[in-house]
Amino acid sequence: MLRIECPLCGERPYTEYRYGGDADKRRPMHGAGGIEAWHDHLFLFDNPKGPHREFWQHVQGCRQWLLVVRDTATNIVAEVALARDARGMDRQGPGER
Amino acid sequence: MLRYSLSRLVRHALTDRPWSRAWREAKPRNRYDVVIIGGGGHGLATAYYLAANHGIRRVAVLERSYLGAGNVGRNTTLVRSNYMMNGSTQFFEFSLKLWEGLSQELNFNVMLSQRGQIVLAHSPAQMDGLARRGNTMLLNGIEAELLDRGQVQHLLPYLDYSPAARFPIAGGLLQRRAGTVRHDAVAWGYARAADALGVDIIEGCEVTAIMHDSSGAHGVETSRGRILADRVAISVAGHSSQVAAMAGLELPIESHLLQAFVTEPIKPFVDHVISFGAELFYISQSDKGGLVFGGHIDGFNSFTQRGQFPKVEGVAQCALALIPGMSRLKLLRHWAGIQDMTPDGAPFICRTPVRNLYFNGGWCYQGFKATPAAGWCLADTIARDEEHPLVRCYGLGRFAQGGASLDEYGHGHWTYRH
Repeated sequence: MLRIECPLCGERPYTEYRYGGDADKRRPMHGAGGIEAWHDHLFLFDNPKGPHREFWQHVQGCRQWLLVVRDTATNIVAEVALARDARGMDRQGPGER
Repeated sequence: MLRYSLSRLVRHALTDRPWSRAWREAKPRNRYDVVIIGGGGHGLATAYYLAANHGIRRVAVLERSYLGAGNVGRNTTLVRSNYMMNGSTQFFEFSLKLWEGLSQELNFNVMLSQRGQIVLAHSPAQMDGLARRGNTMLLNGIEAELLDRGQVQHLLPYLDYSPAARFPIAGGLLQRRAGTVRHDAVAWGYARAADALGVDIIEGCEVTAIMHDSSGAHGVETSRGRILADRVAISVAGHSSQVAAMAGLELPIESHLLQAFVTEPIKPFVDHVISFGAELFYISQSDKGGLVFGGHIDGFNSFTQRGQFPKVEGVAQCALALIPGMSRLKLLRHWAGIQDMTPDGAPFICRTPVRNLYFNGGWCYQGFKATPAAGWCLADTIARDEEHPLVRCYGLGRFAQGGASLDEYGHGHWTYRH
C-alpha cells in the first residue's frame, strides 16, 4: 500500500490523506490571461509517467497540506514537505503556470 | 481465412491437426496508408472497419506488447447503452447494435450474452433519477423498464431486502439488451477479420516517436524501425498523454488505476448484470462461474497496473452490502488497468491540431462497451478526414468551446472524482 511519511506525524497509509492533485498547476491571477489560460489551467494535465509533484492533505492526522514527490510508475515517494514551506522553493511564481 | 462453422468444427474434431493461426505474424513494411498505434480492441476494430467499410487495406496496427495485453483484457466485459447525456446515449446505442451483429460480422464467437442490466435505486430521489434516465432512453428509441422494489426482488431474490439492509432497495432500471461479451474474443475476432482483409498486425513493436512537421504527421519511429504513413492514429488508452506528447500535444487526460475482481467459480447465481446505486459497484457472473465485479478508480493518478488494497476492501464492502450471500466466497484474482480519465468523464475521437494525426482515448470507465462504435467512427474519421456525426461531441476542443456538457454526474473537472 502507498504510504506517505508526514513530516509531523510520521509514516501513515495513504488512506489517512486526501489527494489534492498536481502541485505544479498555478491558478491564473484574476484578470490575467485570456480564456486560454483558464482552459489550460482547468483542463490540461501533464500526466507524467515518472516523478509527479502533488498535494496531499493529512486529513486524519495534523490536517496539514503536504507537497509530495511520487513516481507514478512505481508509487515510490521520494520527497515530502509541508506545502507552506515548499512554496518558497517553487520554480514558478504565483500567477504563472 | 479459414471460415469457422459447425461443420468445420465437426470435421476438425476428426483430425489430429492443430488449428491454424488466426492471424499472420506480420513484419512491418516501410510504408502504409494508415498506421494505428495500439493493438487493443479499439485499434483492431479501427483497422477492421478501415478495410471493411472504406476499402483502406494498407493498414498496420502496432502493439508494444502482445495483442490484448492492455485494457481490452482487463475490463469487466459489460456492454449497455443506458446513458442519459445527449451524444453518449446515441453513440453507445450504436455500439450496442454493432455488438448484436458482431459474431456474424467477424465469423468469430464473441459470446455476447444479453442477460439484462439492472441499475438499482435506494431512495425515492434515485427512482426519479432513473425514471428520467429511462425516459431519455425511450425518447432515443432504446427500450428501458422501470422496476419497483417487488419487481427487483422477483428478478434478484438474493439481494439484501432485510430491514437491516444498509441501503434499502427502492427499485431499478432494466435494460434487457445489455449484458456481457467475452473480452479476449473481441480482440482476437477483430484481429483475425482485419488480418483477412490485408491489415498487418505487428506485436512487440513499440512506437518511440511520431514523425511530424508543420505539414502534419508522416509516420512513426518504432523499436522495429521507421514506418512511413499517410495517416497516423493514436489509440492507446492508459498512455495517451505519453504518445500524444510525441506529437507535441498536451491532453485533457490523466491516467488512473481501475481494479477488477473475480471470485472462485460457483454454480449459476447472478443471472444479470447489476449496478449498485449507493456506490459505484457492478457485478456479473462469468461463464466459468466466477463473480466478476469492480468499483471506483483508486483515487490518484498512477501507471503501476497494481491496485491499492483499501480499494479491494471498499469494493468487498459494497458487494456484501448488496449481496450478503457472497460473504464466504474467496477472491480468486484481482488486477488493475490504466485508465484515461477526462475532465467530464467522456472520451475523445477526433482529428488533432497536427494534420493527418487522429486521436481516440479518454475512455474513463466506458472503453470496452464502446469498442465497435469507437472503431467504426474512428475509421470513418480517418477515411474522410472529418469527424463522424456520432462523435462530433467528442472533440478535444470541447472544453474551450463550452456548449453541451457530457458530464453525467456533474463532478466538475477533477479527473479523479469521476
